[in-house]
Parts: sequence; structure tokens; C-alpha cells
Amino acid sequence: MKLKTALMGAAALLAFAPAAFAERGSDGELKIIQSQAASTMNQYLSSGTKDINASSMVSEPLASYKPDGTMMPRLAVEIPTLENGGVSADGKTITWKLLPGVKWSDGTDFTADDVVFTGQYCMDPAGGCAQLSKFEGIDKIEAVDPLTVKISFKEPKTNPYSAFVGALAPILQKKQFEKCLGANASSCTDANFKPIGTGPFVVTDFKTNDVAVFVANPNYRDPAKPAFATATLKGGNDAMSTARAVMETGEYDYGWNTQIEPEVQAQMIAAGKGKFMTAYGGLVERLELNMTDASSALPEGERSTAKHPHPIFSDIRVREALSKAIDRSLLVEIGYGEAARPTCNLVPAPEMFASDNTGCLTQDVEGAKKLLDEAGWTDSDGDGIRDKDGKKLSLVYQTSVNPIRQNFQAMIKQWWNDIGVEVELKQIDPSVFFGGDAGSPDTFQKFYADVQMFANEWDGTDPQAYLAQLTCEKAPKPEDQWQGENIPRFCNPDYDALIKEMLTTADPAKRADQIKKLNDMVTKDAMVTVPLANRARFSAVSNTLVGVDMNAWDSEYWNVADWSRAK
Amino acid sequence: MTDTTTKIRPPRNQWWDVWDQFKTHRGALVGLTIFVAILGLILIGPLVWHMDPTYVDFRARNKGFSLAHPLGTDQLGRDLLARMMAGGKVSISVGLTAMSLSIFLGAAIGVLAGYFKRLDGHLMRLTDLFLALPLLPLLLLMVTLFRDPLSKGFGPEGGIFLLIVTAIGATSWMQTARIVRGEVLALKEREFVLAARSIGTPAHRLVLRHILPNVMSPIMVSATLGIASAIITESALSFLGLGFPPDFPTWGRLLFDAVDQIQLYPMRVILPGIAISLTVLSVNYIGDGLRDALDPRIRGR
Repeated sequence: MKLKTALMGAAALLAFAPAAFAERGSDGELKIIQSQAASTMNQYLSSGTKDINASSMVSEPLASYKPDGTMMPRLAVEIPTLENGGVSADGKTITWKLLPGVKWSDGTDFTADDVVFTGQYCMDPAGGCAQLSKFEGIDKIEAVDPLTVKISFKEPKTNPYSAFVGALAPILQKKQFEKCLGANASSCTDANFKPIGTGPFVVTDFKTNDVAVFVANPNYRDPAKPAFATATLKGGNDAMSTARAVMETGEYDYGWNTQIEPEVQAQMIAAGKGKFMTAYGGLVERLELNMTDASSALPEGERSTAKHPHPIFSDIRVREALSKAIDRSLLVEIGYGEAARPTCNLVPAPEMFASDNTGCLTQDVEGAKKLLDEAGWTDSDGDGIRDKDGKKLSLVYQTSVNPIRQNFQAMIKQWWNDIGVEVELKQIDPSVFFGGDAGSPDTFQKFYADVQMFANEWDGTDPQAYLAQLTCEKAPKPEDQWQGENIPRFCNPDYDALIKEMLTTADPAKRADQIKKLNDMVTKDAMVTVPLANRARFSAVSNTLVGVDMNAWDSEYWNVADWSRAK
Repeated sequence: MTDTTTKIRPPRNQWWDVWDQFKTHRGALVGLTIFVAILGLILIGPLVWHMDPTYVDFRARNKGFSLAHPLGTDQLGRDLLARMMAGGKVSISVGLTAMSLSIFLGAAIGVLAGYFKRLDGHLMRLTDLFLALPLLPLLLLMVTLFRDPLSKGFGPEGGIFLLIVTAIGATSWMQTARIVRGEVLALKEREFVLAARSIGTPAHRLVLRHILPNVMSPIMVSATLGIASAIITESALSFLGLGFPPDFPTWGRLLFDAVDQIQLYPMRVILPGIAISLTVLSVNYIGDGLRDALDPRIRGR
């Protein structure tokens, strides 16, 4: 009898197992570790990726970016376009149709009022919203009916998809945040730490800079998701311990941001508990060549300004030779391993914007030497360093303190020594280098060196604003407190003209062409920015977790509803 | 009376007595041997081992001990033996120079404060002030302000060498000054000083002839301790990436470069670590021995 019951029980379990696969909360607990802990769950109050990731598990935007950089409707029925009438012909309005039947996690209906309120919340001048740039140029947001939202812009917009698109601009619930407008925004601790959302999870406990605990949202629109009943998001100490917690000890399912040494990566992969996943966004480690003279012999206020063109780099052949002498694949292999790929582009992703410029990927030492010979730089006194008119080909090469960057400096110095260029290395504390203090001579904006190395990227998929940083008038100079963004002091009237043209072009295919052209103008045609490596988002995923689809354009947890336990 | 053969010892330099006493301290002897060996390796080594410490050899990355590279190579294929020798030269010369500077400052301020009552209050408050200065932020500031002018004048290596030596020297003289002041205060009241003063010896001669030789012992001791702490400070600075340019190896920088791979290649951390510890330890023992040897009350007992 007992045996029979046991057998029956076993049979019943077997019969139910496949059904359990597609059931909400059937897979137990999801454990995520981040190399930095989240400090808030409201991303309108923080621009840190750690916080954006955390809140993307709860709050959702109208549309998300997919890993290939295209958009996907989320709380909307479809992406509004010119064709389906969602975007007006004059580019001044965009109309979103909301998904019917969506409920907040407290059971109330999600309506257009919430969307309008969110806009009002972020655009409140007293609020100090961190994502205000997403709402730039908006004249008004109005609810046409409970399921339709219309956004009107002051000027025609070439890219109207910024407000309520992507993990940076999700929808807040009006009921919960109504009293948190303006100056009250940061004092609404309860709402900021436990926002009510439409996403797959609900926060139950939140400890700032430590841990966030979630349960599956009972009102989530897909009754079969999420597969996990609960989720924990813990802050780790650094990339190394985060990677270890997933790859070696197996305590966690997902480790966010695990940028570690390539040799250690290989060792961890060999342990067989997980894998590293990459997604390539726009983050490019690059050398920037100073087009102006940074010599300390010049008076303060004239160093690194357009008044004095660079004595060596004014000849493009020298810049080209420096780029040719570098073996980018070896740099990536030693510095990043799986976490980066060599690139020649300033805009290396998404696919639709990436130029086919690959000319720099093969190292050509002889070609570099020939170029320098042609440019008139020869080693006339036999000391191994080229010279011209009594001036030595000697460069100061600076970057921030960072073990990978110091390795890169040593390697690039050697390659440049090989072609007869003398290099003096300089390293600066990152808080000073990136600090932007106009009084310090060591910031990357002041650029008191000939060459410098750092990484930069842009927000969202569209690099228009990023490319527009390189116009002539944006060069940092003492008059504007060195706050310009055109770090290499690149100046090309054709480039500026093309940027102007782009500001009025709405056709996506044309824009893509323009972006590629602009990219080529700074990289292969001018060699002012010398890209080295396209760095990836790099996270560790346990072998027991399936459904992860790394995304460089949105939150890494953009599809957390689809994650499940490997069976 | 004539045949009383009183054996008078031949006149002998007092430093021989010091040396005799020093020899009886076994730790000091071992320390001295090790220190001389390290110095020898650093000074003579590069003449025998010709490899360039900054040469990047991509085919020989992460090699273990071998004939071609006795201590292996680092993540960029640079020879570790050559880097250890080059690093030691920088680290120890920083240690010695910074120590000389801090001893000079410390002894001068200590003697002045102890001997001249009018200066005492001011100088000791100055000492308190310096004791309260945090070294790292100060150095960050100094690097920002003075690196460019200094490297223009003395080259990138010379400039930062001067900067670091000055920074370490200028922030580590306080203990010496305190100790010396205490000794001088006690000595000043002794009969021989009174006697010298009563025959009209001017202050500067009194200090140089009578007081300074008598405080030599604490000065020497704090000098040896100073070398050790200067080496450690330089290593800490390089470890934080604030020291010399990245292409000048020092022991601290070797540690900094290797710490990420501590699990995979522990020897790369252990070797410079041992070098720093051995140097510091041996110098401390030498200081201990010198203290005993220089104290006439212990000597000959």
C-alpha cells in the first residue's frame, strides 16, 4: 500500500514536471551579484548602471532596445513610425498606443495618466532628474485617451524615441509617486526603494548599497512568467570576487560586470561552472592624438589650444605611421581576453552604424617606417630616434592609473620605439584625470600631452550627439573652462557641415550612411582618434541559468522574465 | 721604576672599537651581509645580466624559471631578474636619499629646538603640524603641481625621483627631530657643556663639537629605520600607481603589476615582496647593532 502510494506520487510528479516548466515561480530563487550594489530603485534619481539594472527588474519603459540595437515594444502595442502614423510627418509629435489590460503589481490598471505623470515627474525643474536629457525638447505630453499618449516637441525631432524608451526612462506609477514631485523626489524613500512596477518582479526588501530582494509579480501580464519565484540582487566588492562567486564557488547565477585579467578568465572558464557573456556596445578604448601643441614651453592658457598647431602631428603621415605600428589583436589578447575586440571605428556598434573600416587591424611596421621616411623624419644622428630639422620625434603619452592601461602603454611604447619614435609615459590618478577640474593640468580635457588613452561611449543606440562632440568649436579651451568635448582638437569644416546636415535628416538609412561617413572622417581619413579596442559588457553566467541574452543597449536584465533554471 | 712595562695600547681610531662591538651582534652581522649582497646584486648584476628590464618580448610571456629568464618573465614578457635589479636600484636609492634628507632635517631641527629655548616652541609646533600631514594626498598635490617643471629640468625619471625623495624626506623627519631634541635637552645641562660654555665657546662650535657627536647614536639608529620606511613608502606609492612613470620598474611597481595574477603566478608577487622585506629587515638589524656599538656605555662590556 505504502509502496503503491509512493509510486503513484512519483508518477504524478513526473506527469506534472513538464507543466511546471512553464509556470510562474516554479524555478525557485534567482541570485544575482553585482560588482557594485544598487543604491536606489528609482533610476530618475541615479545614472549609475548598477541602479538602472536593479530597477529594470521592476519598472518598464514603453519600448526597449534589443541586443541588435533595434527597438521592441514593451508596454506599447507597436513602435510608432512615420509609416504607421505614430510619428507625424513634420517630426513634431509621436503617439504611443499602450498595451491594453496591463496591471501594476498592486493590481490597479496601467493607463496613459501614469505615462503623462512620469514625464511631469522628470521634467519638474526642482526635481533634479538624472535622465532629463531623455526628455529634452519636449513641449508637452498628453493623454489622448486611457490608452494613447501623445508627445509634442518644440522643434522637429530626428530621433523622437528617447522619452520612455530604454531602461533609463521607465514609467512610474502616478498613485505612488504623486506626492514625490519636484523637491520632494529624493525624500520619498519608500517609493524610491520599493517602486510599484509592471515588470516581472516586485521589491520586497531593499537595503541601500547592499541587497535588494524580489518576488515574482502576481499581476505580470504573461501568466507563465517569470520562472523564478524570488530573486536576490546582492552587491559584491569588485569584479574579481563577483566573477568568483559565479564561476568558481557557484553561489550566484549571474555576475554583473566581471572585467578581469584574461589569464584569470581562462582559469575560471576551465572550472566549468559557468561562462562569460559579452555584448558589444559603443565603448571604445582609443588613443587620441593632440592636434595642438602641448609643449610646456608655451605660456599657460595657450598650451593645447588652436593657437599653436602640433609640430609633429600636423603631418597626417606621422599619425598614420603611429596607428600602423600597433598590433591591436595582441593588445586585446593581453589586456582584455574575451572582453573586447580590436576595432578601427569610433562607432563600432550597432551593426547598422558600424563602418566597414578594418584597415588598421593588421600591424605594418615596415609601412609605418616608410611613411615616417616619406614625411622627412629620419634618424640622422644614429641614436635610434628619428629627427627632422634638429627636432626629435619624441612624444608624451598619458593615461589614467589602471593595470591594463599601463600594460598597453608599455606595449605601444615598444612598438613606437621600434619605428624610431621616442615615448615618455605618464600616468595620472583617475580621479584627477577624469575629474574635470579646470585648475589641474592633468585632466584629459586639458590634454597637456601629445597622445592620451582612455575609453568613451554614448548613451542609447544613436551616436549623433557623440559625433557632434568633435566639431571645431567644441575643442576645450581656457575661455570655456576647458569643458569642451572635442578632446583631440580635431577641426574639419566638412565634418562640421555633415553634422549640421545630420541634425535635419530623419531617414534612418541616410542617417546610417552619415554616421559611417563621420566615423571614417575622424578615424581612417584623419587618424586623429586612433581606436584600439571595442570593449564589451562582460558578465558571468552560471551554467544552470538559461535564457540570458546580453544586451549592450538596454539593461542587462532587460529580458529577466524569460530567464529560467536549466533542467 | 724604569722597567715598569705598562702596556699602552697603540693609539687606535674609535671606529675600530665600534666595529669590534658591532661584530658581536650576530643579527647585525647577518643583516649587513644580506644588505651588502643585495647592493652588490643591484650594482654589479646589470653588468653581468644584460637584458633590458623594459624590453617587451611577446613570445616569452608568463614564462616560469628558465635559463633564458632565471626568475621568469611577466605578463608582457619582460625579464623579471633584470626588472628586480633595476627596481632595486631605484627603490634603494630612493631609500638612501630620502633618509639622508630626513635625517638632516630631523637632526637640524632637533638640535636647534633643544639648544635654543626661544626656537623650541615654534619648531615643535611645526613638528606637530608635519606629523598631522597625510602623505598620500600631499604627494598627489605635489605630483600635480611640480611634475611638469621638474621633469622639464631633470628628465621624467630624475624629476619624479626628486619629487618622491623630497616628499618622503619632508614628511618623515619628525620622529628624528623629537628624539634628538630630547637628547639635546638632557646633554645641555651636563658639566662638560657648562665647562665649554664657561670658557666662552660660541654656540655653533658647542653644538658641532660637543653636542652633535653625543647624539650621533640616536641619529644613526633613526637613519637606518628611515631607510626602511622610505623604501616601504616608495613601494606603497608605486603600488598605488602614483610613483615613477610606468616604464621605470621599482619593487613596489613590480608588486602592483603582479597583484592581479597573484593566484596564477604567485612568484611574481613573492619575489619583490621578499626583496623589500629582506632589505628592510636587514637594515633594521644593522640599526640595532649600530645602536649598541655606538653607545660607549655598552661598548666594551
